[in-house]
Amino acid sequence: MKAFLILEDGHVFAGTSIGSTREAVSEIVFNTSMTGYLEVLTDPSYSGQAVVMTYPLIGNYGICYEDMESDRPWVDGYIVRELSRIPSNFRSEDTIQHFLEKYDIPGICGIDTRALTKILRESGTMNGMITTNENYQMDEVMEKLKAYHTGDEVSKVSCREKYVLPGDGYRVALLDIGAKRNIARSLNQRGCEVTVYPSSTSAEEIIAAQPDGIMLSNGPGDPKANEAVIREIRKLYETDIPIFAICLGHQLMALATGADTFKLKYGHRGGNHPVRDMENGRVYISSQNHGYAVDTASLDPDIAVPAFENVNDGTNEGLRYVGKNIFTVQYHPEACPGPQDSAYLFDRFLKMMEVKKHA
Amino acid sequence: MPKNPDIKKVLVIGSGPIVIGQAAEFDYAGTQACRSLKEEGIEVVLLNSNPATIMTDKDIADEVYIEPLTVEVVEQLILKEKPDSVLPTLGGQAGLNLAMELDERGFFEKTGVKLIGTTSQTIRKAEDRLEFKSTMEKIGEPVAPSLVVENLDDGIAFSNKIGYPVVLRPAYTLGGSGGGIAHNQAELEEILANGLRLSRVGQVLVERCIAGWKEIEYEVMRDSAGNVITVCNMENIDPVGVHTGDSIVVAPSQTLGDKEYQMLRSSALNIISELEITGGCNVQFALHPESFEYCVIEVNPRVSRSSALASKATGYPIAKVSAKIAIGYTLDEIKNAITGQTMASFEPMLDYCVVKMPRLPFDKFISAKRTLTTQMKATGEVMSISDSFEGGLMKAIRSLEQHVDNLLSYDYSHLDRAGLIEQLAVVDDRRIWVIAEAIRQGISEEEIHEITRIDLWFIDKIAILVEMEQALKTQELTVELLKEAKRIEFPDNVIARLSGKTEREIRDLRYANGITASYKMVDTCAAEFAAQTPYYYSVFGSENEALDTKDRKKVLVLGSGPIRIGQGIEFDFCSVHCTWAFAKEGYETIIINNNPETVSTDFDIADKLYFEPLTPEDVESIVNLEKPDGAVVQFGGQTAIKLTEALMKMGVPILGTSAENVDAAEDRELFDGILEECHIPRPKGDTVYTAEEAKAVANRLGYPVLVRPSYVLGGQGMQIAINDKDVEEFIGIINRIAQDHPILVDKYLQGKEIEVDAVCDGEDILIPGIMEHIERAGIHSGDSISVYPAKSISEGVKATIEEYTKRLARSLHVIGLINIQFIAVGEEVYVIEVNPRSSRTVPYISKVTGIPIVPLATKVILGQKIRELGYTPGLQPEADYYAIKMPVFSFEKIRDADISLGPEMKSTGECLGIAKTFNEALYKAFLGAGVRLPKYHNMIMTIRDEDKEEAVEIAKRFEALGYNIFATKGTARALMEADVQVRMTRKIEQESPNIQDLILGHQIDLVIDTPSQGVEHSRDGFIIRRNAIETGVNVLTAIDTAKALVTSLEDTDHGNLTLINIAEI
Repeated sequence: MKAFLILEDGHVFAGTSIGSTREAVSEIVFNTSMTGYLEVLTDPSYSGQAVVMTYPLIGNYGICYEDMESDRPWVDGYIVRELSRIPSNFRSEDTIQHFLEKYDIPGICGIDTRALTKILRESGTMNGMITTNENYQMDEVMEKLKAYHTGDEVSKVSCREKYVLPGDGYRVALLDIGAKRNIARSLNQRGCEVTVYPSSTSAEEIIAAQPDGIMLSNGPGDPKANEAVIREIRKLYETDIPIFAICLGHQLMALATGADTFKLKYGHRGGNHPVRDMENGRVYISSQNHGYAVDTASLDPDIAVPAFENVNDGTNEGLRYVGKNIFTVQYHPEACPGPQDSAYLFDRFLKMMEVKKHA
Repeated sequence: MPKNPDIKKVLVIGSGPIVIGQAAEFDYAGTQACRSLKEEGIEVVLLNSNPATIMTDKDIADEVYIEPLTVEVVEQLILKEKPDSVLPTLGGQAGLNLAMELDERGFFEKTGVKLIGTTSQTIRKAEDRLEFKSTMEKIGEPVAPSLVVENLDDGIAFSNKIGYPVVLRPAYTLGGSGGGIAHNQAELEEILANGLRLSRVGQVLVERCIAGWKEIEYEVMRDSAGNVITVCNMENIDPVGVHTGDSIVVAPSQTLGDKEYQMLRSSALNIISELEITGGCNVQFALHPESFEYCVIEVNPRVSRSSALASKATGYPIAKVSAKIAIGYTLDEIKNAITGQTMASFEPMLDYCVVKMPRLPFDKFISAKRTLTTQMKATGEVMSISDSFEGGLMKAIRSLEQHVDNLLSYDYSHLDRAGLIEQLAVVDDRRIWVIAEAIRQGISEEEIHEITRIDLWFIDKIAILVEMEQALKTQELTVELLKEAKRIEFPDNVIARLSGKTEREIRDLRYANGITASYKMVDTCAAEFAAQTPYYYSVFGSENEALDTKDRKKVLVLGSGPIRIGQGIEFDFCSVHCTWAFAKEGYETIIINNNPETVSTDFDIADKLYFEPLTPEDVESIVNLEKPDGAVVQFGGQTAIKLTEALMKMGVPILGTSAENVDAAEDRELFDGILEECHIPRPKGDTVYTAEEAKAVANRLGYPVLVRPSYVLGGQGMQIAINDKDVEEFIGIINRIAQDHPILVDKYLQGKEIEVDAVCDGEDILIPGIMEHIERAGIHSGDSISVYPAKSISEGVKATIEEYTKRLARSLHVIGLINIQFIAVGEEVYVIEVNPRSSRTVPYISKVTGIPIVPLATKVILGQKIRELGYTPGLQPEADYYAIKMPVFSFEKIRDADISLGPEMKSTGECLGIAKTFNEALYKAFLGAGVRLPKYHNMIMTIRDEDKEEAVEIAKRFEALGYNIFATKGTARALMEADVQVRMTRKIEQESPNIQDLILGHQIDLVIDTPSQGVEHSRDGFIIRRNAIETGVNVLTAIDTAKALVTSLEDTDHGNLTLINIAEI
């Protein structure tokens, strides 16, 4: 079946429908990872967005359900150049075609994804519609596109009930504001007992559980749309519990302590972004997925100082909080997909908890 | 960390002659590195024995030495030039081995010269099998169970323990030479014994066979601060068991999930960190296809063929960045030259699919085994870029320059199911064609996978291509079908053949429906950032993003395709220099080429680079878009020349010599007319189409005759026939490949073969120098030792050659380059071949005369006159030194290839010997080619009757040098009669000990074996020559070469060679 991708700026791409045939209106973003399409599909940070894969051949190794980063795909739409006719991998349990259908994810294939990416790069992230309606009315579509805003994505993707991943090491409270599974798994693998809390949990409840450390996860949407969560995070900041935050968690901590965030033109989404540890100059290749960044000019140097920066565009990639056991990063040490080079940050978090415990 | 201020003068070691396993990629890497060092203000001293390289230009390095790559020469050179550092990681295995030897001798320590790039400890950890294994064990990286053995017994015992099959890998060899897979003890004994001999350190690794696992490679980089990145990963379509150089390779990997991709990436980065490599490194893995089990196969702590491929596949200039790292910079201080705005500390992301295919030399070695093993056989490779794998494969196939353009090009339809299943198990260069036929005949993809172990994903892609063939054959050619066929890169002529239409009809249908190629950019970042370097590939059904440029005049430079025997790196040298010369004249330059190993496909050589097949259709698509003001074909060898007619039809002016005149030189009748007009004699001959005609002509001329197809390169299919039977056989071989052109039969003249390259501006000519071949006519010019200045011809002959060259150049209206081959018989001069284009000898003669022929020719093409350019026309004054070009062969790599020299070219590369005296120049040339004599002072002679008289003199001279001469009966008798002390040895078919035992006894320096003329039907000589080659013994098959060798060993102070700085010529 034919499908169309219509962009807010009037560009139309005609291709073939994949997955669900229902109409989708969303923010269109691109991801440059060459592997890890399932991890991308199931990353809750993409809630409210449709993703373009810049790598043209998708679905080659099928679907390995254990690689899902949450219990379902969260993207609003999926845009690819070509889906593989057959999956080939010893772990593959399903085809990507069937996976998209099963979870009712609309998508389009057979379009010039590079041309689309260049539009997004030049004009910035914009809204778009995927539709199978050949008789779409441009003015109606435009109206819908102009009206679309990402909403309260965090409460949509967060867990409903708190739950515990047992471990016999440090007790970590993980605030799930859209967490990828590998955050909890990374801590769990290091022996931590991880209690995962819904985003609506009060700071008091977390503090009362007396965790050894608090982990703020990644998550979707505009960070400023999370006022209630930010208020609770401020309270967490006031404690002396070691805190490690990733991505949205990093942005919310910055907002909670008086700094500002801004929207990047087209974000950083992929597995090849260099970040520099400003303390020793070392550069790490990181997995990234963010459309907003912390504005370093808004930082109060008595509260937080930049700890990591992006080598390409100089934007902030991490903060160290002055006089606090808190450090936060914009990128994804949990990888999945992407390079595992920053997994050592989890060890650093464990070290913080150890120091605190024996202080 | 910024640049290290202590590094001011660096010696860069190149890789020597082109041999299988070490080809143009090191010229590419070395050239890039030298330019990278020079832009930092560092003085570069370059050493490489290969005169055909771009890196040995005085524009590339400050001091240039084209000298043999031996420890003694490097030591002498370092003492002379006093560099503070040596960069050995850009010259392939040859450079690395030299550096290691110097280090082991304590030379660096003694002189205080530093090894930069990578330390000797690192090289040892990576290259020494034992140290490598213990290093991997230390960091928990798995390697296949293995043992380094230094003798047969240990190898047998270990293999019995781990079970057959086992893989054998000799330490410190290139292209995996001497390696192989042994399935039983007998095979083990054979391969292991051979490997132990070939290894520089007498070590061979015996290893658990992981054949059939996925072979995955990572190109990684590290700087001195410890920052690490992955440039690219690659997946071999052929599973472990086929050398990666002979595999079809795809980038990035296609069948790995993120878990597998990251697992191997992390492993590669752990390894490079532990080895403390500074620069680029290649890590090869075997990955179990049904688990996460993997093992590290090999680590190359240097730039390599794979890194050249990765650079071209991603746009990331590995050699350039490696050079910057070597002088102290860190990755985040080096700009990404492609985007111009990001830094080198990132990982390239591809938004396309790259396919590499090997170019194998079986068209030259008809008797050789086509099977592919862990020993590399390819002479070169092609790369293609597409947005689909199918498209990439189709483009790569038609780039190969071996008469193939689709998956039907090799016909296996005569095989039935059982035959196909048997054929599928054969691992050779035509396996994908067999797979395609198996699919056509309904063998299931699973069954094909079970037999070949090739991943189902790739087999299914071949199936998609086969389905398209069927659709084109059976369905109506709708616009939709045509679109889909073009999307997966079916060329028009193939669509035409399958759909029963003409190519013209297909083209018209395409144009009428707007189905044309558009171009996408290779930008290292999947369009995330705007890129500044116009490096393009074609796709169908997408938007064009090639920059529309109109401000300057545009010239199209056609490259020369894959490196193959007869079309080597020389043509890349010419293409690159021509491009630079056009740029200097204010032109916008556009290169089309498909060879990832070359300098011409580096992103900053031309203003625009199109990485595309060199077929008329592919070129036309680019022409339609770029509308060049002209095209140059005379620098790209036969590949480019073949496109002349097509370019003219497209309306592109051919710059320089016109197409009609190129034709006139190739067309026998036209050319005969011109010769007559110019009063120039040529050996008598005629054109024929059939064996009957050929025999008639041959008998009229009288045997021996030379038989060859017209329009060929490297003497392909050329043979000397001494009787009717030979003629029949040769014509049969030639006609195996369909011929559009006639076959030439000429009287064979025995005389001095002379060659000139000349620049002609339409009136005047400039001949830099006359080259004389040491071997008499009958041996291909590319396989002959070439001497400049010509030594044994009279001034009268020289004058005649100058005069003939002038007449021919004028009457062919040559504008640019012309190459002419003559035969001088006494004072008589005959023309045997004229090529109105650049030739193999152009780089060599340019360098040794100091005359920049290609830039000169380019200026002439643009209308300037030789006189205006400051040169006196005519033959230039001779140099006061001798410069000798020596052919280099790769026979040991190709099982069952006949090594005897003849009119068909067989050498893969060349090296130079330059010195004040003829003997020293010869000695250096032999030394550069790997002939290091004397060792044991034992040699064998088996001489055909015609040569026996000359053999006596040669034998006497070897005897005077202290040689013991062994010979079989006939030769021995002839030598004894002339009072040469000779030891008779039994023939091969006689009982032991015979000549074979003698060779296998490893005390022999040299075999001189001159085979009888004509088709050699005796297996004896063949077996002797193969045995000798495979045991590392030097073999000479021409009496003239033998004479030259003995001359080179006389009167030269081997311990004290004179080094000549080419930059000062």
